[in-house]
Amino acid sequence: MGAIYRREMGAFFTSGLAYVFLSVFSLISGIFFFFNVIGSGTSNMSSMFGSMFIIVLFLIPILTMKLMSEEKKNRTDQGLLTAPIGLWSIVLGKYFAALTLFIIAESVVFIYTLIIAVYGEVMWASLLGNYFAMLFLGSAFIAVGIFVSSLTENQMASAVASMLALFVLYLFDSLASNIENEYIQKAMLSLSFYSRYIEFTSGVFNLSSIVFFISTAFLFNFFTVRVLDKRRWG
Amino acid sequence: MIEVTNLVKNYGDKKAVKGISFTVEKGEILGFLGPNGAGKSTTMNMLTGYISSTSGHIKINGVDILEDPIKAKSNIGYLPEIPPLYVDMTVDGYLNFMFDLKKCKLSRKKHLEEICSLCKISQVKGRLIRNLSKGYKQRVGLAQALINNPPVLILDEPTVGLDPNQIIEIRTLIKKLGKNHTVILSSHILPEIQAVCDRIIIINKGVVAAHGTADEIARNITNQHKMTLRIEGSTHTKDDKQVIVDAIKSIDGVKYVRADMEREKGIYDYDVETDGQTDIRRAINNICKEKGWNILMMQLSDLTLEDIFLKITMDDSFVNNAEKKSPKIELDVKDGELIASEIEENKGGEK
Repeated sequence: MGAIYRREMGAFFTSGLAYVFLSVFSLISGIFFFFNVIGSGTSNMSSMFGSMFIIVLFLIPILTMKLMSEEKKNRTDQGLLTAPIGLWSIVLGKYFAALTLFIIAESVVFIYTLIIAVYGEVMWASLLGNYFAMLFLGSAFIAVGIFVSSLTENQMASAVASMLALFVLYLFDSLASNIENEYIQKAMLSLSFYSRYIEFTSGVFNLSSIVFFISTAFLFNFFTVRVLDKRRWG
Repeated sequence: MIEVTNLVKNYGDKKAVKGISFTVEKGEILGFLGPNGAGKSTTMNMLTGYISSTSGHIKINGVDILEDPIKAKSNIGYLPEIPPLYVDMTVDGYLNFMFDLKKCKLSRKKHLEEICSLCKISQVKGRLIRNLSKGYKQRVGLAQALINNPPVLILDEPTVGLDPNQIIEIRTLIKKLGKNHTVILSSHILPEIQAVCDRIIIINKGVVAAHGTADEIARNITNQHKMTLRIEGSTHTKDDKQVIVDAIKSIDGVKYVRADMEREKGIYDYDVETDGQTDIRRAINNICKEKGWNILMMQLSDLTLEDIFLKITMDDSFVNNAEKKSPKIELDVKDGELIASEIEENKGGEK
């Protein structure tokens, strides 16, 4: 796992993807910070985190798009799958590499706290709550992105399909409100990433949501392992 | 070292490998020979655990590849048909990555240096794999397979796409590696297999068509051994011919003798066929000595590996098809002219 993690981290930076991801993330979160936080004269960064949901939704597929698809396309998966390591090590090595980059990007908010500290008081509890909410959200999204990437050899197809998949998950709220059947509506709402995430930005710390994000991450990593395993049996 | 029993691989309805069995001993170089699409790569992919078999067993160093894949894989170094290279890495970075991936416990610097000098890639260590020539990429692929000194090396067409010099270099390298490793090597190039391998398996359409050393295979394919002789008789006339034919025919084990054309004045060639078990060379020599004839040439016309390969791989497919496809011709004489017309096969059936 360590070897794959280090290779993927290196590949993020040599391919330049890491720089693009980090700068786009910083730029957009900076814009939201400027208008939503500084502009409205508050030290509460929750509204910035709320707006970042949709940005994370579109940025994470770019991070994960080639993690599995490129391996298949360049036949480098033959090297990995014939090495004396398990499938979980391969998937988790890649998963944690993407997660690390996401955490680096997200940690740009701590620079914003310095700016706030100059003018007022930092609301640490709210900030950390939001920070971890986004971390858990990202960890679930990354697993979905890697899973989609494992289904195709084309990284663009992988990116578009993951964006679409995450976007459909985002739409669950609006879809659910149009559904008559109470049970289906309830089920859909409980699967909604958005409402679970937004809850955190309004200051509610819901343990079940954290469990939800972590289990989603686990589930999709498991699916990816199954895809790799199934390819051997195909 | 490697034990394969009844290996089968189906892709949906298509049967890629239909029950291959063989064993490879320690320190042996085994050649996999077969036309494109015969199932060579599929078999190698199964041996290395990249794909799983539909049925059958593979044991590497006594460990079943499906039961304990990680342990079995740690005994194998694999160079697939397309080397699994990350083109965005430098050679050094890539080899270090593979070193970590294989959890190699040897001294990193020393081991990698050894491999690089063995594969002659020390001078390109700092370059991006993307910018290397095909030959160097192939060598990096081979270097990657050698990391952690696996007892078994599986090389899928290691010389494909290389120039003649590089082919000779890689072959020499493989021969050298064969001294301490068990090697399985696939190719569709016959001289390569003949030059490098101790033993050969010919695979055709997913089955083992022949198995053994090049000589053994040749012996199995042809029951009769053919030989061409050029003998100088005593009188340099046509009478010699008949006398010599009769004399050779009287030797035990000779099945057929035929005098061929006159090669030099009064000297003839003789085609001799034996039963394949008796060595008649000395008997011929004795007879000639007795009668005062001179043997000017004695040539065994054994099948070359190429002949065998063609014979095995073409026998049932190509020849039969050619027979089927050739139209049946009806000959007829009309007004003193010979008329040939094709017979339509389904003509009778429809009526």
